[in-house]
Amino acid sequence: MNWLLDLTPDEWNAVRLSIRVAVVAMLFSLPPGILIALLLARGKFWGKSVLNGLVHLPLILPPVVTGYLLLLTFGKRGPAGAFLDQYFGVVFSFRWTGAALACGVMAFPLMVRAIRLSIEAVDRRLEAAAGTLGANPLWVFGTITLPLILPGIIAGMILSFAKAMGEFGATITFVSNIPGETQTLPSAIYTFTQVPGGDAGALRLTVISIIIAMTALVASEVLARRVGRTLEVE
Amino acid sequence: MSLRVDVRRRLGAFSLDATFETGGRLTALFGPSGSGKTSLVNLIGGLLRPDEGRIVADGRVLVDTASRKYVPKHKRRIGYVFQDARLFPHMTVGQNLHYGRFFTPASERYGDIDGVVDLLGIGHLLDRKPGLLSGGEKQRVAIGRALLASPRLILMDEPLASLDDRRKAEIMPYIERLRDETKIPIVYVSHSVAEVARLATDMVVLDQGKVAAAGPTSELLQRLDLLPAEERGEGGAVLEMRVAGCNQAFGMSTLVSPAGEIHIVGLDAEPGSTVRVRIRARDVIVATERPHGLSALNILPGRIIGVSAGNGLFADVLIDCNGEVITARITRQSAEMLCLTRGLDIFAVIKSVTFDQANTTRGTTDGTMRPEGTTGMEKVG
Repeated sequence: MNWLLDLTPDEWNAVRLSIRVAVVAMLFSLPPGILIALLLARGKFWGKSVLNGLVHLPLILPPVVTGYLLLLTFGKRGPAGAFLDQYFGVVFSFRWTGAALACGVMAFPLMVRAIRLSIEAVDRRLEAAAGTLGANPLWVFGTITLPLILPGIIAGMILSFAKAMGEFGATITFVSNIPGETQTLPSAIYTFTQVPGGDAGALRLTVISIIIAMTALVASEVLARRVGRTLEVE
Repeated sequence: MSLRVDVRRRLGAFSLDATFETGGRLTALFGPSGSGKTSLVNLIGGLLRPDEGRIVADGRVLVDTASRKYVPKHKRRIGYVFQDARLFPHMTVGQNLHYGRFFTPASERYGDIDGVVDLLGIGHLLDRKPGLLSGGEKQRVAIGRALLASPRLILMDEPLASLDDRRKAEIMPYIERLRDETKIPIVYVSHSVAEVARLATDMVVLDQGKVAAAGPTSELLQRLDLLPAEERGEGGAVLEMRVAGCNQAFGMSTLVSPAGEIHIVGLDAEPGSTVRVRIRARDVIVATERPHGLSALNILPGRIIGVSAGNGLFADVLIDCNGEVITARITRQSAEMLCLTRGLDIFAVIKSVTFDQANTTRGTTDGTMRPEGTTGMEKVG
């Protein structure tokens, strides 16, 4: 056990950073994820299939391509990057925030898919019933739709977290591999495999990766079951 | 309370074009499936928009396409009891009941939760989840939920259709209490003559998206041509009768109305209370002179005010019994044999009646009385 926890400061940094990046990516993509899932599940508008394609793009493009596109758009000289830097002081390139952005974008299709499926499974007649009882559309969403799609939201969040923990290609392309700033677990493992005698470090981080992933999975199962119990659907 | 509806709406190949007005305590929208009943209540409840038309409830315009007015469903304050209950699965029964109340402004709330829970007998269910309730319990909770939102009108879309006969019998008394004890008007969708005869004060008959007739139940149920062929025998007179007395020795009760006296067995009601009596057309025999030596106790004198030979095999005879109209359905052969024509004085022999206690706070009895010895006369025209 000791050899596992006997990490160098850089390795600890990689673990902490990975978790922070994955959590931030998951939380920030949740509201737009629900919104886009709603639009795709219920919206009737021109260009819906275009939106659907855009959302799924990170899933089918090579991650390096996505990373490079992010670099072009959100890099220091990119249009969005320059704008955010100038007006909000938010810098993505070569920062951990950039890693979170890359992870969020890569995981977005998985999150939207999970939530969209659960929205499509909601019995809309229940929403109509809530309407006749005096609830306006916003209340209906908050008190009926949202609780009913909670299992889908949890599934989407866990998928997004797991994807973010493992994201490598887009991250390393966009924000490089700077220890303490942008070096996440996968990048750290990759670095170890590139130097002689790095096997022990790579193995340690690999085991830690597996533990984090398994913990997330079990946590989602427990949560989903608890929510499911309150939902014993007729 | 008055409800005025004048709407047109196309739904695929089907088109609804309905105009009616009602002020009844419980108005039944009656018709076969596919006649547009559910679409019509959805239009009233705001779940469906009319292509054109106007709906006014109690002087309040809910929809008027001419002036582009449309009140969305959450602002209509119209309760809706769905055929499939639609309780929220993630809430307990108690939370379901409170749901609509939360959205009702405090100044417009009426009734109290305990009273409604009591009225519907659902006190023992409050902490349960809807998924664990029986069909009848779900429907009672759904009625309570709609009621506690303090609606100005309640719509019920075949609330009993998905239940078996025992559950129906379990819920009917609650709907009657709702009709008699609260002041909220009810619009009730049904395709069952028995339900309509028992519950409705008024009815609107729909046929293929159009209103075939509208008016008091007691009048419309006499018009057997309005009823679907297979239920025509269920139609007949509905009389409100007063309990005049009872004979303990035989367990018989005497009911009176302008039409005369009727004796029935198995009724448990206080003298002076009102009973709603349904006399099915197929249970009435016509005699041209007062019958003797007959076991049937209920013989009302009357005068024929119309004979209609509807589908050729049967004739419907309308009999005026001192101002109240009773219908008899007999074979066309019998009608010709007895030379039944308008203006003829005859006697209506009533083989059996169905009765419900109306306007009473007590439990309701529903029973069919068949005097002994008359069952063999079923086929006698």
